[in-house]
Amino acid sequence: MSILDSKIPEGPIDQKWTNHKNQMKLVAPNNRPKIDVIVVGTGLAGASAAASLGEMGYNVKSFCFQDSPRRAHSIAAQGGINAAKNYQNDGDSTYRLFYDTIKGGDYRSRESNVYRLAEVSANIIDQCVAQGVPFAREYGGLLDNRSFGGVQVRRTFYAAGQTGQQLLLGAYSALSRQIGLGRVKMYNRHEMMDIVKVDGNARGIIARNLVSGKLERHSAHAVVIASGGYGNVYFLSTNAMGSNVSAAWKIHKKGALFANPCYVQIHPTCIPVHGTNQSKLTLMSESLRNSGRIWVPKKKEDADAIRNGKLKPTQIAEEDRDYYLERRYPAFGHLVPRDVASRAAKERCDAGFGIEANDTNEGVYLDFASEIKSKGKQVAYAQGDHNPNEETTIRLGKKWVEEKYGNLFQMYQQITAENPYETPMKIYPAVHYTMGGVWVDYNLQSTIPGCFVAGEANFSDHGANRLGASALMQGLADGYFVLPYTIANYLSNEIRTGEISTDSKEFENAEMDVAESISSLMHVKGNRSVDHFHKRLGLIMWNKVGMSRSEAGLKSAIAEIKGLRDEFYNDVFIPGESNEMNAELEKALRVADLLELGQLMAVDALNRNESCGGHFREEYQDDEGETLRDDKKFKYVSAWEYKDREATNSALHKEDLKYEAIKIAERNYK
Amino acid sequence: MASKFINVTLKVWRQKNADSKGNIETYQLSKVSTDSSFLEMLDQLNEQLINEKQAPVAFDHDCREGICGSCSLYIDGRAHGPQTQTTTCQLHMRSFNDGDTIYIEPWRSKAFPIIKDLVVDRSAFDRVQQSGGFVSVNTSGNTMDANAIPIPKTDADNAFNAATCIGCGACVASCKNSSAMLFVGAKVSQYALLPQGKVEANKRVQNMVRQMDEEGFGNCTNTGACEVECPKGISLENIARMNREFLKSNLTSEK
Repeated sequence: MSILDSKIPEGPIDQKWTNHKNQMKLVAPNNRPKIDVIVVGTGLAGASAAASLGEMGYNVKSFCFQDSPRRAHSIAAQGGINAAKNYQNDGDSTYRLFYDTIKGGDYRSRESNVYRLAEVSANIIDQCVAQGVPFAREYGGLLDNRSFGGVQVRRTFYAAGQTGQQLLLGAYSALSRQIGLGRVKMYNRHEMMDIVKVDGNARGIIARNLVSGKLERHSAHAVVIASGGYGNVYFLSTNAMGSNVSAAWKIHKKGALFANPCYVQIHPTCIPVHGTNQSKLTLMSESLRNSGRIWVPKKKEDADAIRNGKLKPTQIAEEDRDYYLERRYPAFGHLVPRDVASRAAKERCDAGFGIEANDTNEGVYLDFASEIKSKGKQVAYAQGDHNPNEETTIRLGKKWVEEKYGNLFQMYQQITAENPYETPMKIYPAVHYTMGGVWVDYNLQSTIPGCFVAGEANFSDHGANRLGASALMQGLADGYFVLPYTIANYLSNEIRTGEISTDSKEFENAEMDVAESISSLMHVKGNRSVDHFHKRLGLIMWNKVGMSRSEAGLKSAIAEIKGLRDEFYNDVFIPGESNEMNAELEKALRVADLLELGQLMAVDALNRNESCGGHFREEYQDDEGETLRDDKKFKYVSAWEYKDREATNSALHKEDLKYEAIKIAERNYK
Repeated sequence: MASKFINVTLKVWRQKNADSKGNIETYQLSKVSTDSSFLEMLDQLNEQLINEKQAPVAFDHDCREGICGSCSLYIDGRAHGPQTQTTTCQLHMRSFNDGDTIYIEPWRSKAFPIIKDLVVDRSAFDRVQQSGGFVSVNTSGNTMDANAIPIPKTDADNAFNAATCIGCGACVASCKNSSAMLFVGAKVSQYALLPQGKVEANKRVQNMVRQMDEEGFGNCTNTGACEVECPKGISLENIARMNREFLKSNLTSEK
């Protein structure tokens, strides 16, 4: 029944990519300028792909909805990027990075893709340094590393708490060079509205100029979608306000299967929710778990007193604090993977130990006091003061912390008006990343020939849970080191095609359909703003398709979303016109897609009768609240085929996951 | 977080599009949480306008965590508002008092034409970057090992500090000459401080300065307003370094 061919190359795991590269077909340099490639999105995956394809000599058209490609949301990634360099001499290797990623993903990712990711990871660091990315260095002038969740080595490269910014600006500089040379044509403030297929192949897109509102037709021999993840289906998330699923969803509606939509990463360390007018949640980097210790009070009455403002966290004695991650997971402690840390926080708060005075009492402490003391002592010692007094220790310790995490501490203080050097940070899990996405084969091609999907928008590398500092790695791996090869293989059959006309029936119809959907939304002229619907969708998703899911909750979510969607199409109000800059219209078009996706996420979660990674079904847990995976029944990728707006009608295709290089095991961080 | 609510009067620049004339409109907004960010306050205004079937205020924003550089806004006569080293999205309403009147205007600079309301066109920055803000290295799996050239920590740190520029344009908006020297200086500095950037240093600074001038940015008269208003605290030293690089390239360039 399956229409899925993952096209995994033959051979031993460490030879697959090399052999495949040797066998793939090429396009000669003189033929490349005759071939057009469209890249949608300018984050790490999109910008690196567009730059690399431009360098190779293809005609590239690059699209972003922001006012500049430099603003794509990869820019906000904080902590770092993994690479199996083993610079720290702690036993790292390609195999170990591969193993950690598979295990971190709870044995739900495709082995061959993950191995390739680990294999090219070292090249990424070399490439970025050559571009002038200013990574953090040690005094000897060599690159520094730190540790992230779910691993026992230091393989994470970083630039303070803004690694994503530095990597994206690196990719943006490479892209800018190609734009300056005329190899890439850049379309800022343009949003992809639909993909255009001719004879079943991807042949272009319909884009909307967000300044003039005009619809434009753009043709190409291949289309790359690198439009990021769909975390904004929850309304409140760490995603940027403009992050959306629309490009990915449009190709899904035109035949690309959508895989594992229920795999969502809830990040454990975000600033807790404060009020109803809040528009987004802010992440505090996972790197902080290198230095901070997470705790809640051991006694409920202490938690009550803190929430009522009668006690301060610094007044709780050491023996009255529950460092629950150290207690439950001594081997990994605070550096357990994100899904594990998030669930543990939820468990404590649900049990009544939450410390934040918001509607739900949801918050735990991330405390830097021990680290400030211990680092202060170390620094004093290194400076020759072998017996520092308390004051010196604290002063030097704070300085050390500031150097490592200064911008994060500053950001925290801006948002909460509390000083994290003096009092512990308050944190709680929030939606951060989506592991699910468009199904792609080993070549990153979707089930639409000629339509490739890269970065967070595809599903392939992180299984049911992504490890920290692996998103940047995957985005750049896809864009710099995978797509340039696999797209060439596809394009080798296109050298005789010639320019593709945008006057064809297919382009005309696609443009007409887009115009119609815009016009019908404009004409609803109801009474509620787009945000009104988006917030309600977000609440349904967070409460029923969030950190923990149950059969009853999912069934009710499916029905509620359907009802909300009907209401949206009858009662949404979009002010202004469609032929001008209109932020409300942009939002409405995105929310319309989220209202379909949200339902599919619930359908997928309902189908998956097991708990794995970020997908936690209350029915499937052990006595200690750990996930119970069911490898006999669910060791597969769920790839959904679109039928109509009602996700319950979507057809399920299964890609069985085979593990040859790794022994599948229980995931244990104790 | 002890939140409270305040009422504010907003004086906002409204302009339908690039070709029309703009004017200041006055709006009353009540029950604004002091825990709200400035942009969440504008969201609240827009929700109110939409409910009254009026056109909401257009403004650029995206990440809302102070790093993408989308948000701008001249607030009470200062780029990104009253706080130093803070983007508008990280400015919170606790910086304002009940009953305050707040003026909100777009960036004002010839090189940043207004598109609508508070939205301006900053693509001039992109074009400056395209003229030389890069190291000419192609993607390859075979560049040298990342640790092949040790870089002194202070150089790496200074390059990083320059590279933290978010390209928001506050420096231009704050400068009485609309000069982009802080933005361009930061980019030139980042590469000038690193061995990888030194190869093309002469050409880079010449091209970027030329493009900067062509875009219509003014000259630098060392008032230092840019450094004061920069949300990322980019230092004036970067302008000095660019001037040195420029002079050096005039003296040593082969052409």
